[in-house]
Amino acid sequence: MNDFEQFKQTFFDECEELLQQFEDVAGTLKAGSNDPAGLDDMFRSVHSIKAGAGAFKFDRLVKFAHELENVMDRVRSGRMELAEGDPEFIMEAGDVLQDLVAAARGGVEAAAGLEDDALTRLQAMLAGGSAEAAAAEVEKADNEGGAGDFRIDFRPHRAMYETANEPQLLFHALAALGELSAVADLTRLPDLAKMQPDEGYVSWQIDLRGAPDRAAIEEVFEFVDGDCDLTIEPLTSVPASPVEAAVEEAVEAPDAKPVAKAENSGPAAVQSTSIRVELERVDQLVDMVGELVIAQAMALDSLSELVDIRHVKQLQALEDLTMRTRQLQEGVMAVRMQPLKALFQRFPRIVRDLSRKLGKSVRLELDGEATEVDKTIIEELSDPLTHMIRNCMDHGLETPEERQAAGKPEQGVVRLSAEHRNGRILIRVSDDGRGLNPEKVFNKAVENGLIDADAELSKEEIEALIFMPGFSTAAEISDVSGRGVGMDVVRRNIQKLGGRVTVESNEGEGSTFTLALPLTLAVLDGMLVSVAGERYVVPLSAIVETVCPEASAIRALPDGGTVMPLRGEAIRLIDLCQSMNLSRHGQPEPLRKLAVIVETEFGRRIGLVVDELLGQQQVVIKSLEANYRRIEGVAGTAILGDGRVRLILDIDGLAAMAGRNSDVSPKSGDTAKSEEATGGLSA
Amino acid sequence: MNAEEAVLATAEAIAAGRDTSSDAKQYVSFAAGDEQYAVDIISVREIKGWTDVTSLPNQPDHVRGVLNLRGAVLPIIDLQCRLGGGLTETSPRHVIVIVAVDDRQVGLLVDAVSDILSASDERIQPVPETSGREDARVFSGFLTEEDQMVAMLDLPRLLGSEVLEGALHEQSELQ
Repeated sequence: MNDFEQFKQTFFDECEELLQQFEDVAGTLKAGSNDPAGLDDMFRSVHSIKAGAGAFKFDRLVKFAHELENVMDRVRSGRMELAEGDPEFIMEAGDVLQDLVAAARGGVEAAAGLEDDALTRLQAMLAGGSAEAAAAEVEKADNEGGAGDFRIDFRPHRAMYETANEPQLLFHALAALGELSAVADLTRLPDLAKMQPDEGYVSWQIDLRGAPDRAAIEEVFEFVDGDCDLTIEPLTSVPASPVEAAVEEAVEAPDAKPVAKAENSGPAAVQSTSIRVELERVDQLVDMVGELVIAQAMALDSLSELVDIRHVKQLQALEDLTMRTRQLQEGVMAVRMQPLKALFQRFPRIVRDLSRKLGKSVRLELDGEATEVDKTIIEELSDPLTHMIRNCMDHGLETPEERQAAGKPEQGVVRLSAEHRNGRILIRVSDDGRGLNPEKVFNKAVENGLIDADAELSKEEIEALIFMPGFSTAAEISDVSGRGVGMDVVRRNIQKLGGRVTVESNEGEGSTFTLALPLTLAVLDGMLVSVAGERYVVPLSAIVETVCPEASAIRALPDGGTVMPLRGEAIRLIDLCQSMNLSRHGQPEPLRKLAVIVETEFGRRIGLVVDELLGQQQVVIKSLEANYRRIEGVAGTAILGDGRVRLILDIDGLAAMAGRNSDVSPKSGDTAKSEEATGGLSA
Repeated sequence: MNAEEAVLATAEAIAAGRDTSSDAKQYVSFAAGDEQYAVDIISVREIKGWTDVTSLPNQPDHVRGVLNLRGAVLPIIDLQCRLGGGLTETSPRHVIVIVAVDDRQVGLLVDAVSDILSASDERIQPVPETSGREDARVFSGFLTEEDQMVAMLDLPRLLGSEVLEGALHEQSELQ
């Protein structure tokens, strides 16, 4: 790739961000007055795209961006107010802009007439507003005193030159606005020997006469905003000779200026400190660190015989290495963490489009956008969340008439929130719609042959039925959410991420879907256990305690299972040897059973019966599904210190298996609930 | 030189000496039980000696378990068992042929790698119509080589039921 192509690439990358920024704010626009900071952002985005496009001679893009920029400029300066329907139009204009950028990026000519409609409307907006605008401009100019004469103090920082901005070009632009005279202040120039070639030593005092208004001048400096000290003042008392005055000032007060500058340097300190890195590189790094963790575990494993007072030094060094490896891993994982904002910000638009389509008035509330999650998870969440929000709007929320009849405000609310809790991330999608009707859900499930008509289910169990394959409550298939795809697919996608989805609903008040997801897909703290010569990893987060029950305390159940008492609670035991279908090859069972008490996602406690606990270890999760398929009771695999693959147990899956094996009717409610509980992990 | 290149180089050397037609393809043949099988050399990623695998619970007998291959976890299929024979009695002399199908990697447990064959498409005979059992379709054809019939494996069909099923599921239906 040559330099030019490289620049082009950078431009398009930037465009993507700028367009996103534009769309972000566009989604919040409303008729009437708007947040000025947001409008500024929008204006700047379009402006930057236009400038870049100009450099690469994408003429259509420049033309369209120019008109859009003009409109945004008027809006942000308060010279134009957005009328009803304008916010939607501006969003559409953003789409057109995006299409034009995409065409330019692809090196193809955009479809003829693509931007014509939008362009016409933009021009109409400009024409309509011009009378008012002209009046406003005159007023503004009056307010600011001086018939458009300004004094500009301009002191570029080093950063301005670093971003390849050229003062000369700014002067040309200013000269186009009016009569220009400028004096350079060279007092800060050091001796040649001490001079840093890339430092900005020179500042200018510029007098500009006959300029249209202050905003026009500010626009010239738009791009270097923050990279320079800039004051623009109306030129009231015109000095006899600006040159003289400037020289005087420069000579008389060389020390005064730096002080003023220090006060002014606030915005200059705001510099972007982020870099763009290809995801692939980060992934490679994550993989490498993963291998390092394995290698380090191997080293620890093979040196475990050193545990002896004579090797204190070596052991300390090893411990140090372990700690640092872990820190390194955490650091690398943090690189992959991203705020959910990138995902959430797509939804205002989806909601807006959909509410129009459905004829429902819907407000979307977002919360916790700053919550950070692994990038892979964010990507994988897009489809399920979109589906759930569509579902809420299509099936959950009533029509405005129905809402009125139910005494609710006409506008429905869909809420999307995220938070960290207990090392997991919770994402909730809720609506204030009609909620689930347990009776309807139950009948539907019976109709579809998912449960027996005489099954006795709790409200929670009935609600969980909507996640079963083959269940769909929509009476008829709509093109919005009912394409034969149901919540079962949402559940499966979430399970693939090692998460779970649950629903809580009150009829008439709305529903809340909760997604509980791991923060990262890459590592897990595990307890290594052995049973019948095989080793398994139990996620540490699930373990409550370990007990050694007396053989006499264990009671058999009529269904073939066993329970043990634990501080008054009856805990169901799951024999891992049995669940994993292992044979002891004639080896005797250990004399005393060891039960690892674990908690399922629903807070139910069960005991996993194992032979031995081998110790705690952090493991790198490897997907089983990458080359094989999901296995019930297995959440994923891990490669341990000895280089061998071990299975990570899925507690809820095991509980479900045990429940099913011992149940008389496979169609009972317990199945529905435990189906709901199975989860998997994949890296 | 990695394993794949080594195999390819050998194949080329052999092909140069034996094959006359230009459109010939290369196949890796191996023995499992008393039979000879072959797969397209393009799909072979690596050949390695047998090591203990981690068994998976509640899976078909021919799925021997999973193996760590440089950080990736691959399932190992016992070819003899998959094709209706008994479980292979493994020893360190047994071989795992790692093949790639649709972006997925799978190890085939076989007795030994036999040869690298070079044959044009015309030389491969279709599988005679038999009872129409699903199992017959795991062969894509036969190649007669020195009086021995070598069965060409149709890998997607051979592995489909377990290995590729997961891949199909992973394609999100939400889009």
